[in-house]
Amino acid sequence: METPEQNSFLETSSALDVRIFAVGNAGSTLLGALSAAEFSGAQFTAINTDAAALAASSATVKINLENKLMRGLGSGGDPDRGRALAEEQFSTLKAACEGANVVFILAGLGGGTGSGVSPVFAKAAHEAGALVLAFVTLPFECEGNRREAQAQVALEQLKSTADGVICLPSQKIFKLIDENTSLVETFRFTGGFLVEGVRGVWQLLTRPGLIQVHFSDLCALIRDRHAESAFAFVEAAGPGRAREVAEKILAHPLLDEGRALAESDAVLVSLTAGKDLSMAEVNRVMEQVKRQCRHAQIIMGAGVDGALKEKLCVTVIAAKQNAAVVGAASRTEPRTAYSSVVPQREVTSPRPVSRMRRANNKLVQTQLPLNIISKGRFDKSEPTKHNGEDLDIPTFLRRGVPLN
Amino acid sequence: MFDDSNIIAGLEIGTSKICVVVGEQLAEGGLNIIGLGQSRSRGVRKGEIINPEQVEEDLRAAVFEAEQMADVEVRSVYLGVSGGHIRGFNNRGVHPVVSADREISQDDVDDVLKNAKAINLPAENTVIHAVRQHFFVDGQEGVMNPVGMLGARLEVDMHVIHGHANRLQNIIRLVRGTSLEVDEIVFNGIATSLALLSNEQKEMGALVIDIGGGTTEYVVYFDGVIRHSGVLAVGGDHVSNDLAYGLKVPLSRAEKLKMEYGSAQVTDAAKGQTISITNELGLELKRINVEHLQRIMSLRIEEAFRLIAQELEAVGLSNYLRAGVILCGGCSRVPGIVALAENIFQMNVAPGHASAISGLTTALDQPEFATAIGLVKFGSLKNRKRAERPFFKGFIGRFLQRT
Repeated sequence: METPEQNSFLETSSALDVRIFAVGNAGSTLLGALSAAEFSGAQFTAINTDAAALAASSATVKINLENKLMRGLGSGGDPDRGRALAEEQFSTLKAACEGANVVFILAGLGGGTGSGVSPVFAKAAHEAGALVLAFVTLPFECEGNRREAQAQVALEQLKSTADGVICLPSQKIFKLIDENTSLVETFRFTGGFLVEGVRGVWQLLTRPGLIQVHFSDLCALIRDRHAESAFAFVEAAGPGRAREVAEKILAHPLLDEGRALAESDAVLVSLTAGKDLSMAEVNRVMEQVKRQCRHAQIIMGAGVDGALKEKLCVTVIAAKQNAAVVGAASRTEPRTAYSSVVPQREVTSPRPVSRMRRANNKLVQTQLPLNIISKGRFDKSEPTKHNGEDLDIPTFLRRGVPLN
Repeated sequence: MFDDSNIIAGLEIGTSKICVVVGEQLAEGGLNIIGLGQSRSRGVRKGEIINPEQVEEDLRAAVFEAEQMADVEVRSVYLGVSGGHIRGFNNRGVHPVVSADREISQDDVDDVLKNAKAINLPAENTVIHAVRQHFFVDGQEGVMNPVGMLGARLEVDMHVIHGHANRLQNIIRLVRGTSLEVDEIVFNGIATSLALLSNEQKEMGALVIDIGGGTTEYVVYFDGVIRHSGVLAVGGDHVSNDLAYGLKVPLSRAEKLKMEYGSAQVTDAAKGQTISITNELGLELKRINVEHLQRIMSLRIEEAFRLIAQELEAVGLSNYLRAGVILCGGCSRVPGIVALAENIFQMNVAPGHASAISGLTTALDQPEFATAIGLVKFGSLKNRKRAERPFFKGFIGRFLQRT
């Protein structure tokens, strides 16, 4: 199944085969928001259990998972049904991903199709040899406990089957909208954020960059980090744009006002601007980001796009490794399913994919999420925060100064 | 024996100690320190009260000691306040002069001061000080007294220091609970700079850094007026805590090690040197590397200085401090701290000495008491104003209080 062309794809990211799959109704809506012109070269596919909704979708390829059992009612908000349908059609799903390098999954978790089908589909895409990136939304709190719980379960499953999950809890959007925002607008807003994330990653992979972010960089960032990634996409124009962008990143609600950066252990930053992008600007933004995340591995890319003119766009993806989750992932059922595939792959190809699989087959000692850094006598007092840093934690620990 | 109105007391409830200084206002305008009381503070963290009962107990002890020494009864105090919630910023008030002849009257001045104080604070915050900097008459800078001048537009720059109202009330209530009256609350940083800075230094531009047990206050003077102020909730406690964590010793031991072997910079003598901690029988419990100790300390103190330096850089004041940096507070006793500060601020650094006050010289020499002495000085300035110029209230002086 491994062809030489596929291998060479890894070296030349311009020839990447990227496919965007929308799962469920929410996914289709998100897909509708992506303009085909911007994503030239990508294949849009919609997967749904509801034939009527599928017909309305603008995707070029449509996969209907419906069968007679459902009597045209879709999954009815039940993820188990969605999962059953997807597993039934596993080979179809796998075939749809055959030959792709990167598969984007767009879905809204909480319902039947999005929560049920996405994890199975991610597994299928993975088995087909693609890097799987899932962009998902979590429901608003007001949507009820059941959807919340379903979404959480689905997110955990998705984390263990996809290579990277970028997740947007809709609840965070509340900070950004005002009292009078209508429901439709709110959903469009949420969708808009996710689409920005997709666009950011897409540009990262396809745009010719001055400082290129390679496909392999992205793999390195999200592989083995089966944890939530936080992302932010900010833009600014005018003379003080670098400073403005840096401030916006630090104040971005999706990054928890910069806290997500401080906690992350790998950060990808991609800057895109018009032809006048200066080294000083790149430097200023990177310095701010670096100051936030001292312990993180930082990958940066910079690109020029004439169409942007005055604007400076920055995409930040922060991945956090969660030891408990890594351990959990090795325990869940879908992972063990790979064990039969792995040996073959390792013999036939030295692809970076195998590195990850090998790593995941190793036994991982799980860690309890104890707060090891004690704040001593300041344990119960109000923390002294300065630019997202907790000054109560000993300086030498924050600076990582070795004492030996 | 004494007329009560001549007695002024300053009270500082700090993180490491509670300190009461009693001063006597002399007839010719001077100030004499006659009493000093202090006790170890156990109920305060980072400048804020966490255990009111313990604070009250310690407070009574300190007041008692000061009363004994001065042989007077302390009835009211000028209370110093601090804490990470206190912030300072500059604000400008504008007022159009409406009178027909365009002459600026006292009413116009009052109005413009009122406008400058009408600022957009968070609902839970209250103004501690609003200090006048300069007036502008039709854009002409640096006017000290605009009454009687002609102009169409009167503006004033003010430095406003504000803090969390409930937390300030907590400390006031606690002091009142011990049957002491609170004359006024004063931001510790202002009190300290009153005690340490001469008028020349204020003109030339100076930065006062008071590194206490739980908080570090900093105040910048330039052109004779306060330009910037702030509190960093990091102090000597953090140093001890870092040591306790880094050297794996109990906090009390860390405090002792800090006093004995501490340094703000890693000294050559410390390289490779170890000390052993013994128990009461003389058996060795643990060996401590002095170099590590000093490195941990120096990193923490350096960080605090850097944060202040960055802040000054951000407000554009770092090039105006011709009189340099003046250090005080318990942490200013750490050996090598002056050299470290000189390195970071790139200017002259000197430990502060309370000047222009006569009295107990032993008390005045200690950097820990600068704040309490400054509180007394603040009180004496207030008193003098009240006594001498009852009609020009707050006009000559710079300290305006919104109550």
